[in-house]
Amino acid sequence: MWDNLQLLFVWAPIINVQVILDGIFVGAVFALSAYGLALVWGVMNIKNLAQGDFVIMGGYMALALHQLHVPLVLILLIVMPLMFMFGWVIYVLMIRRIIDQDMFVSLLATFGLSLLLQQVMNLIFGPEVQTIDMELPVYDAFDNMVTVPSSKLITLGLAAVIATGVIIFMKRSRAGQAIRATAQDPRAARVLGIDIDRVYAFTFAFNAALCGAAGVLVSIIWVIQPFYGITYSVRSFAIVTAAGLGNLPAVIGAGFGIGLFEKYTGAILGTAYEVAAPVSILLLVLIWRQIQMRRNRQVVR
Amino acid sequence: MSMTRDTKVTYGLLALFGIFGPILFPDYTLSIAYLWMMVLMASTWDTLGGQMGYNSLGNITFFGVGMYVSAIVQVSFFYEGGVAEYTSAMGSIKPEFTPAEYFWGLGLGILAAGVVGLVLSVIFSSFMFGLRGPYFAIGSLGLAIAVAEVTITIDYVGGASGISMPLFPGDIEFRSTFFYILCFVLTIISHFLLRWLYSTQFGLAINAIRDDEDKAEAMGIPTLAYKRIGWAIPAFFMGCIGAVAGNMAGFIDKEVAYPIPTFGIFMVAMALLGGKGTLWGPVLGAIIFHVIKEATWTYLLNLQWVALGLILIINIVYFQQGIMGWLQTKYPERFGIVVDTSTVTDADGKEAA
Repeated sequence: MWDNLQLLFVWAPIINVQVILDGIFVGAVFALSAYGLALVWGVMNIKNLAQGDFVIMGGYMALALHQLHVPLVLILLIVMPLMFMFGWVIYVLMIRRIIDQDMFVSLLATFGLSLLLQQVMNLIFGPEVQTIDMELPVYDAFDNMVTVPSSKLITLGLAAVIATGVIIFMKRSRAGQAIRATAQDPRAARVLGIDIDRVYAFTFAFNAALCGAAGVLVSIIWVIQPFYGITYSVRSFAIVTAAGLGNLPAVIGAGFGIGLFEKYTGAILGTAYEVAAPVSILLLVLIWRQIQMRRNRQVVR
Repeated sequence: MSMTRDTKVTYGLLALFGIFGPILFPDYTLSIAYLWMMVLMASTWDTLGGQMGYNSLGNITFFGVGMYVSAIVQVSFFYEGGVAEYTSAMGSIKPEFTPAEYFWGLGLGILAAGVVGLVLSVIFSSFMFGLRGPYFAIGSLGLAIAVAEVTITIDYVGGASGISMPLFPGDIEFRSTFFYILCFVLTIISHFLLRWLYSTQFGLAINAIRDDEDKAEAMGIPTLAYKRIGWAIPAFFMGCIGAVAGNMAGFIDKEVAYPIPTFGIFMVAMALLGGKGTLWGPVLGAIIFHVIKEATWTYLLNLQWVALGLILIINIVYFQQGIMGWLQTKYPERFGIVVDTSTVTDADGKEAA
């Protein structure tokens, strides 16, 4: 650990650039799935523990399409509608029935869904770690100390485009307005003629599509494996708990924060700790929230 | 502890099954041992989740920690080389323990596992019980993952490559009978302890915390102390049963010690299937779940996990009150629940008196 610290801050401080860049690349992806979670949580009070498995599922869809030589942008345009439909089906089959139940029920039901998806993906794609190799050029900077694969730059650009699209959609479109109205006050929205059930279904499906997009990006810049989903769920929960519901800029900020934290933990303590990093940051966020709340004799609920 | 006739019959049948089951079906001894283990897990989960209303997804932490603690105790007491040497040899050192050494080590290991689990739960209590509802569930899940990830970075306990447990001094039939008895006895102890606790003031207090914690606190119940005890009891038993399970498995690593997606979630599912917040619900749920699990294991080769996931979802989404809850609403008088007819409207919609 001491050696790594010295390497980072004394011998070759330029490596920090690499770590920060990597953190930003993965943070952008985390922010997408976290925003989906915040949306579903805020609008319909469902805590989706299968979030990470939606991400991995999108990744595997991208992998399958890539093997058919479909270009990247087209992959995104195919995976997002597919995941949207999948989300809609899941809503009709299970989420609709647990929406007005105890909060723990949604957590547990989606955990069950998460196990189911993991196992099905394991059966179809096998337990190996896989990735999409785009065969794109890799740029070097600062005497080869920092490498920037252009696939990562493209990913960052795509994530930015998707996030912008989501912001405009939520602000401008009628569907976005209906979602925001339902989040504020479902009863009033119903009185004003909004079909709540459709809004819920749309929100959940939209979340699945966002996760699918994140999954496509993950499969390009990182690796996917059927059982990696849970860490994405944990990261999403950490981001949402830290950033609050329905605040997209804060979610993006927290996403970059977690990305950086994870990469620095990996760089300083070794890659063995990279899985523990998002979990420990979730615990730290929860403890921090408790300390904040305790000042007013409140609890985190 | 007064018992109704039904309860006595149930205990009698369970005792008969527990004693004669492995004698009549010796091939299934270990399977029935796992059944008792799951009864224990579901029942102790229910103390915190059902009776106290703190839905934990992280009770499995104590199971894994218990496993590792007992391994350390069992090796370090009677092997001169020490734990570090034993684990770094990756199973090539097989110390010859005499039966007396082995059983002493095992007994101490189980006890130490329970005590460490208990201490750990008290430490966790200090920063977990400010969380309510879903935050507690997610936080405890995070805790389990974090502890599992930290465990495999410690080389002292074998790191990612795991530890092989000391060899059992005896033949394979004696081995399974011995671990069967351990599981059975631990389950009996935990069941009667919980049964007694739920009938005392402690039971009332944790039920009050479940129903409305703020009011309970306002009534002068020291909620934090009760919650600590309410987590320490499951933690103790999970530690003990973890130690037993580790020895049954013979080899422990992250997957064996922290089965978060399997036992970690099964215990919750079992308690919900049977009906949470009741003494018998988790027992019933565990028995049914185990039978389904063994059947899918046998007949649905690669699909067993898919089948279990489906059962979990259907159970939670469509059948949440559980079997005991369903029976209680169906036949309230059998459970000694008096339905107050004075406020129930009759068929004509008029208030009956």
